[in-house]
Amino acid sequence: MNNHDVVIKISHAAKDFRVRGQCHAVLDGVDLEIRRGEVFGIVGASGAGKSTLIRLINRLETPSRGTVAVGGDDLSRLSPGDLSQKRHKIGMIFQQFGLLSSKTARQNVLYALELARTGTPESRRATVDALLERVGLTPHAGKYPAQLSGGQKQRVGIARALANDPEILLCDEATSALDPESTAEILALLAELNRTLGLTIVLVTHEMEVVRRACDRVAILDHGRLVEVGDVAEVLFTPRSAAAQALGRVLMPHSPTDARPRLRLTYFGALANSSVLGAATQGLGASLSILAGQIATLKSGPYADLIVVVDGKDRDAALDRLKTRGVQVAEEVP
Amino acid sequence: MTLDGLAAFFSHVDIAEVLLASGDTLMMLIVSLALTVLLGLPLGVWLWVTGPAGLNPNRLIYSVVGLAVNVLRSIPFVILFILLIPVTLALAGTSLGVRGAIPPLVVGATPFFARLVENALREVDHTVIEATRALGASTRQIVVSTMLPEARPSLIAAVTVTAIALVSYTAMAGVVGAGGLGDLAVRYGYQRFQTDVMLVTVALIVVLVQALQVLGDRLVARFYRRTTPN
Repeated sequence: MNNHDVVIKISHAAKDFRVRGQCHAVLDGVDLEIRRGEVFGIVGASGAGKSTLIRLINRLETPSRGTVAVGGDDLSRLSPGDLSQKRHKIGMIFQQFGLLSSKTARQNVLYALELARTGTPESRRATVDALLERVGLTPHAGKYPAQLSGGQKQRVGIARALANDPEILLCDEATSALDPESTAEILALLAELNRTLGLTIVLVTHEMEVVRRACDRVAILDHGRLVEVGDVAEVLFTPRSAAAQALGRVLMPHSPTDARPRLRLTYFGALANSSVLGAATQGLGASLSILAGQIATLKSGPYADLIVVVDGKDRDAALDRLKTRGVQVAEEVP
Repeated sequence: MTLDGLAAFFSHVDIAEVLLASGDTLMMLIVSLALTVLLGLPLGVWLWVTGPAGLNPNRLIYSVVGLAVNVLRSIPFVILFILLIPVTLALAGTSLGVRGAIPPLVVGATPFFARLVENALREVDHTVIEATRALGASTRQIVVSTMLPEARPSLIAAVTVTAIALVSYTAMAGVVGAGGLGDLAVRYGYQRFQTDVMLVTVALIVVLVQALQVLGDRLVARFYRRTTPN
């Protein structure tokens, strides 16, 4: 029953748009399985079809061909009423927030509960209070969206999306309109929701940086086709597709040009914080110098990504030591 | 000019008649505005819903309804008034006076107001509509609880513009037998060369239009205050 874990299943999905009689494929034969409880990133350049793809999941867009199943239900077979019920269980947040300007933060969250007609007025009030507390907006509950900062507006959006206790949260470029500080806060909030509520999060972005920090797995979308799907570390450090390489390049350490053969070392987890580099050359006739690099964190833990030069007569022995300890060593072509 | 001279200049003005005519104009305005909003709002919503960027785009319905609206809007009001006399007789029992003016006023103003409503709804941020759909709202819920509140300032402005258009329509209706200030201006000011009566009626119409505009602007400002940063 491996299928049990799959909460969103997209099969052979295609979407065409007709512009002046000409047919443009926005999505073309997309197959995707998203597992319960994971944070799944969908990355691509602008126009790659990411926003259309994520909108298939709550049927804001209908596929031209193919099927989309959420929680085992084929969305195309649901009646309008059942689709509404389904949508209550799929929260969504947007780049431009989509808050009602005529309602306060509190009223915007309350609105989601009123639409779903759940609970009594008292229980709804209590739910809204708890949600605003959870996203840290209690002091701003009475403010209108125009009086809130971008980060605060997105918090209202998240509280509203969570109002009906969804199993899935869709994020369409949710941090793209925010400054770096607010972006970090919102990503931390999403991580917390994923951890504490077991919420499945699907996150569309054009920034690999967001994927690095927030996602378990990632899919690369290029001109409407899914070209690569895998764990974030795998797609980030050993990309197979040209699109993944192009998107990942922004995160790669840049080193000054140097005639010597350079190596890219990547390693993860506890290893990233250890003295693995020092140990590699200890007692050997070899020296290791770091030209560029970074030690940062993925959702799964810390990682190191370094551009190094290893010299000396025992160079191969030093590299063997690195490899046996679990460091990925790759020739770096400048 | 002395006070006596002023009194002599305005000698033709019969206060009672002016008050009666003002009352007629106000009555025509209030009743026809209420009916126009009542009919024009759903018509405008229908245009928006079936329009190209609406919730249920339907090219056939949108073109047919849109054409009807455009045809009615392109007929000059005085001609529409005369054209509608048989309909008015059937609906109001008379084509004269305040009663007889209401049907043509409503038929003239409703398509105008409906287009303003459609435009007001088009201006609502697209993401807000998408977000409401994502929350599982039905088409009716989206219109009633998202679109109308979000478009409220523009809708109030649309009512103001329509009310002012109706004031000018009532004056024109006066020319063809509806009574009110327009009737006064034509019968005394034009046909009997009583410039004083003309001036008084024009002044009253200007005051009425000003009052409507100020009232409308205040209401719009009240609802806009929420939506702009303080």
